[in-house]
Amino acid sequence: MSALYLARSKEIAARVLDGEMMIMSARDSTLFSLNELGTIIWQAADGATSLEEIVAQKICPEYEVELAEALKDAEAFVRELAEHGIMLLSDQPIAPPAAASKERA
Amino acid sequence: MSALMEEMNERALKAGVPLSVQLDVTYRCNERCVHCYLDHDDHGEMTVAEIMDVLDQLAEAGVFFLCFSGGEVLMRMDFFRILEYARSLLFCVKVKTNAFMIREKEADRLRELGVQSVQVSVYSHRPEVHDAITKLPGSLKRSLAGMRLLRERGMKTIIANVLMRSNLNDYAGVKALAKELGAEYTIDPTITPKMDGDHSILPLGIGDEDLRQVFRNGDLVGNVEEFCAPPPTVNDDVLDGLPCSAGHTACYISPYGDVYPCVQFPLPTGNVRKQKFLAIWRHSPQMNEVRSIHARDLPVCSTCTHVGSCTRCPGLAYMEGNMRGPSSQDCEKSFARTGLLSANMLLKNASRAQSTLVQVAGVRQPQDAPLSQVIDAAPPAQPSEESVTRL
Repeated sequence: MSALYLARSKEIAARVLDGEMMIMSARDSTLFSLNELGTIIWQAADGATSLEEIVAQKICPEYEVELAEALKDAEAFVRELAEHGIMLLSDQPIAPPAAASKERA
Repeated sequence: MSALMEEMNERALKAGVPLSVQLDVTYRCNERCVHCYLDHDDHGEMTVAEIMDVLDQLAEAGVFFLCFSGGEVLMRMDFFRILEYARSLLFCVKVKTNAFMIREKEADRLRELGVQSVQVSVYSHRPEVHDAITKLPGSLKRSLAGMRLLRERGMKTIIANVLMRSNLNDYAGVKALAKELGAEYTIDPTITPKMDGDHSILPLGIGDEDLRQVFRNGDLVGNVEEFCAPPPTVNDDVLDGLPCSAGHTACYISPYGDVYPCVQFPLPTGNVRKQKFLAIWRHSPQMNEVRSIHARDLPVCSTCTHVGSCTRCPGLAYMEGNMRGPSSQDCEKSFARTGLLSANMLLKNASRAQSTLVQVAGVRQPQDAPLSQVIDAAPPAQPSEESVTRL
């Protein structure tokens, strides 16, 4: 399997509420709630780290699961988010969007 | 409301998180709507740096839904910098605007920045009626043009139709406009007093019979039978209920940094120029007082048959003089829906009848009608026009 890179879409709103990540799609206002594992993947989706690295580094050691099994579930999860337009997927690293600045224009 | 949204609200309430905030970035406006509750001078708006700092604090506090309103937001030349920064903090942003100043460039930016929805007030499909309310010639044409640009970019738009005497007959036309524009349509028959307590604009609102007709129009309220259903039985669950989200999961911040429980509830609780937002939200005595009030703590409303279904606004009650008191406009709405007088109305009628008796008895002459006829002539147990339009 080739590497899968993931980045959060710009067209979402998100906030951690009481320990759970709430995400709303600006495209269709659908609201999602991610569980603990989903939140870990979401927060690590920086466009530069592959899904395999995220699972290997942040999930397997913490939850004592096999990499292959965890990766399969994680991939299904991110593909579902991608279908709703709230996660971007690519086999190449994804450049992050320019950050808004507090400096005067 | 979706089940997940309900769950989100419940969790925010339990955790004391201000899920929704309305931030008015300016009170300046290019329109002068006859019913507006604001003055439009700049008394020292927060700078863009101050607003960005407030946005950081709101994100930290857990705010998810952020509504930018005014005044007219686009009167601020730096509005898009504020908006861009807010979106970088991942707020779900709604913008209220009259859309007069939305051209291609502004529509593109709103779309690019992922604004969730744009709400525009439209009072009539007829320019002569709409423009007479906004006092800005050409405003309907420009507002609709702005909305079309947003719609062409696939943005969610909402038409808010405030109903007044002067535009009451035009709601069908506005609703048809909304359909043509692919916009959601909402009506609001409530005219609120000005923020400074001035009640002089309230007579612009529609009367009780018109309100009754509106509430029986399925095109406006959906299922009339359900909307106008008798109030539910009053029980402990109802009496333990909270009036609304103001101060519980929502609040309002003025362009000057004043924090209130709601835009319609001008109870000062603190100012973000002097204190941190979370300190105000969590520790303001006024905010905590608002939070402490349950339906059973309302001296009149807790005895009212409508308490389980009334839309009682604590802010309007506050502007009537007592945040634990009734909101007369909501009493009128409950009556218009169900035909049942509220406890507040019954008290007012009793008081009016009593004062009539005292007055007549005081000047009664032997040739006057017998007292029994005076009692019969007392005002009927119906809300008067006066009680609809004056708080």
